[in-house]
Amino acid sequence: MIYLDNSATTKPYKEVLDAYRTVAEDFFANPSSLHRKGGEAERLLRQARKSISELLNVSLSEVVFTSGGTESNNLAIKGVALQYMNRGKHLITTQIEHASSMRSFQQLENMGFEVTYLPVDTNGQISINDLENALTSETTLVSIMHVNNEIGAIQPIKDIGHKIKERSKALFHIDDVQGIGKVPLDFNDVKADLISYSAHKFHGLKGNGLLLKKRSVALFPLLSGGGQENEIRSGTENVPGIVAMAKALRLYFDSATTKKDKLEGWRKKLVGELPKIVGIELNSSGIAAPHIINFSVRGIKPEVLIHTLEEKDIYVSTRSACSSKAAETSHVLTAAGFPVERAKTAIRVSLSYDTTDEQIEIFLSELQKAISKLKHVMR
Amino acid sequence: MYDHIIIRYGEISLKGKNRKGFITSLKKRVKQVLSDYNSIEVHQSFDRMVVKLNGANHEPIINKLKTVFGIHSLSVAIKTEHDLDLIKEKALQLVQDQQRGESMTFKVTVRRPFKQFPHRSQDMNRDIGGFVLRNTENLTVDVHNPDMELKVEVKQDGAYLSCNNSEGAGGLPTVQDNKVMLMLSGGIDSPVAGYLTMRRGVKVEAVHFHSPPFTSERSRQKVEDLVKVLTRYGGDIRLHVVPFTNTQKTIQKEMPDNYSMTIMRRMMMRITEKLAEQNNALAIATGESLGQVASQTIQSMNTINEVTNFPVLRPLISMDKLEIMKISRAIDLYDISIRPYEDCCTVFLPEAPKTKPKREHANKFEQYLPVDELVQEAVAGVETIIIKEKDDEFSDLL
Repeated sequence: MIYLDNSATTKPYKEVLDAYRTVAEDFFANPSSLHRKGGEAERLLRQARKSISELLNVSLSEVVFTSGGTESNNLAIKGVALQYMNRGKHLITTQIEHASSMRSFQQLENMGFEVTYLPVDTNGQISINDLENALTSETTLVSIMHVNNEIGAIQPIKDIGHKIKERSKALFHIDDVQGIGKVPLDFNDVKADLISYSAHKFHGLKGNGLLLKKRSVALFPLLSGGGQENEIRSGTENVPGIVAMAKALRLYFDSATTKKDKLEGWRKKLVGELPKIVGIELNSSGIAAPHIINFSVRGIKPEVLIHTLEEKDIYVSTRSACSSKAAETSHVLTAAGFPVERAKTAIRVSLSYDTTDEQIEIFLSELQKAISKLKHVMR
Repeated sequence: MYDHIIIRYGEISLKGKNRKGFITSLKKRVKQVLSDYNSIEVHQSFDRMVVKLNGANHEPIINKLKTVFGIHSLSVAIKTEHDLDLIKEKALQLVQDQQRGESMTFKVTVRRPFKQFPHRSQDMNRDIGGFVLRNTENLTVDVHNPDMELKVEVKQDGAYLSCNNSEGAGGLPTVQDNKVMLMLSGGIDSPVAGYLTMRRGVKVEAVHFHSPPFTSERSRQKVEDLVKVLTRYGGDIRLHVVPFTNTQKTIQKEMPDNYSMTIMRRMMMRITEKLAEQNNALAIATGESLGQVASQTIQSMNTINEVTNFPVLRPLISMDKLEIMKISRAIDLYDISIRPYEDCCTVFLPEAPKTKPKREHANKFEQYLPVDELVQEAVAGVETIIIKEKDDEFSDLL
């Protein structure tokens, strides 16, 4: 199998599944229960939190466990907007966010908030000038994704953070679901107040995520109940999933240190070879993450190409898995200024540290074969 | 870019003959906290220690070193050969890295203990300063109160360039023989007292009074977690868990209500003294702060202290609660301390404890209490565990 859809989800590490199973079996008690078994589960949960906070270089109290990237984004965006609505009702984001952010903002618009959607250039980047002009004294939140999930565009996140803090009192949320372990980001260095992560994007399990939150930031809880996660996110903690996430993060960071150059190499190879195939136009620019390569194939429906490759046990995707069922054009490519035809025929290849040289070779040759075959058929 | 960390001693440099021993202890601890980093080397000299990074990232190492008592200040440094052009070039890199594009004032201080180097300090000062200024933006000179001080030290083995010291933990390096028993309840104060005692070069062992089922596993776990935090500042710590249920029940039954707290404290003090004797500790440390609660009035201290002639160290004696909380937060104890479990001091607290107890009354009441038996029984039942600085629980799962 050649799995090149790692931005949709990654394959869980074997060690992660083992840890999950052990915890689910042996530490099933509710961490809030007063008895010894509850105490054990609580200790385990605490160790997992500690391990994660050390890996991410944040303090223990800055880690909030959630059910995934979608919840983290919802909690950060709605949580800030609702908590601080007496300070102002203006929010800023970009035109190329993930659906979980986009829809949150649309909901807030329906509730009477005003949202500025910053445009992006052909590199998929916003302009600091636009951001500066959009900031007002009413702005309570700026939410921007670090690495775009469709084209891999990287925002100048540090400049953005510094500008926000220099010019306003707005809080800064980063959706770093796609960037973690591939494009470095330091919570404190970028002046972020909130950062979203999802476990299944780094070989953990679906149903687990993180929201990093500065101590000084208050959030309006979206889930109320038993007061877990410092009253921010109620609900019995998913201990096995959280432990699995801690394990995944550690193993993932290990491979990030040893295989960083490999990943860069694969990207270079793909970016070099793909345009040589007749009909292919690259959509990812030079300023993009090392693991996401987006291209369009003129005249070929992406679904057809995907199914052709899948016969060879090769898996790529059209665009964001979360919105690929809707047959509309990619809002990301449209925002980056690509014509409709190109935005409709985009294919995304996304790599992991477990990809191999050989898989890249096979993919390139099978892609070439598939395209020439389809061209022939369709003509 | 940084290849060294310079460690400067605090008070140790004032020591006379004992100095060598202190420096050896300090070096041992420095190596201990950095044992995860295989590449580094630690070298000591008369007035400072130098950590050679050999490619390791300096940031986590600086953070580790900030937990070591006996270090006054720390700075990252670049070492170059004895070549003025090279020194200038590295000086510029260093300043640019520290400035991060912001506007700042700076000054250059050159020292040249290695006199064979042919440029005089004053000349180098001007030369390096001028070079840096010409090649940077938003940087101006302020020799009296600069935001950033670039230090150049030309030593025999090369020139060391460093900027902006960060503060170390201060205090004195731990001497293993200076052992003190710390009475640790699980509240906010006693662990801070432990930290401050350790800071003066002392090895602590913790004593905790546990009264199951009145105090739960969670409250014991809380104490273990607090001790675990303290191990960051001095390595493994022994924790003595004293079975206290019977003593507390007996006091509750036999002693007048308003003196039960005072007498309970006297029992704790007696038991701790015994443990100190057994474990070769020379003093007892507590988290008492004068006047904070009923047991900490000057009258209470007088009455409670009567039962021991060991020195009782009270590092928090003059501090306000808010000052104590500030330290507690700064060293990551606070969030553990505020976990809401009953501890040995709260569980049998009488309605109105005596705030001005008298020695003679306490002695009179204690005639009706089997003091020696209770102490003996408690000491015999002590469970001693070692809380390790490393080896986290569940590490196989995580």
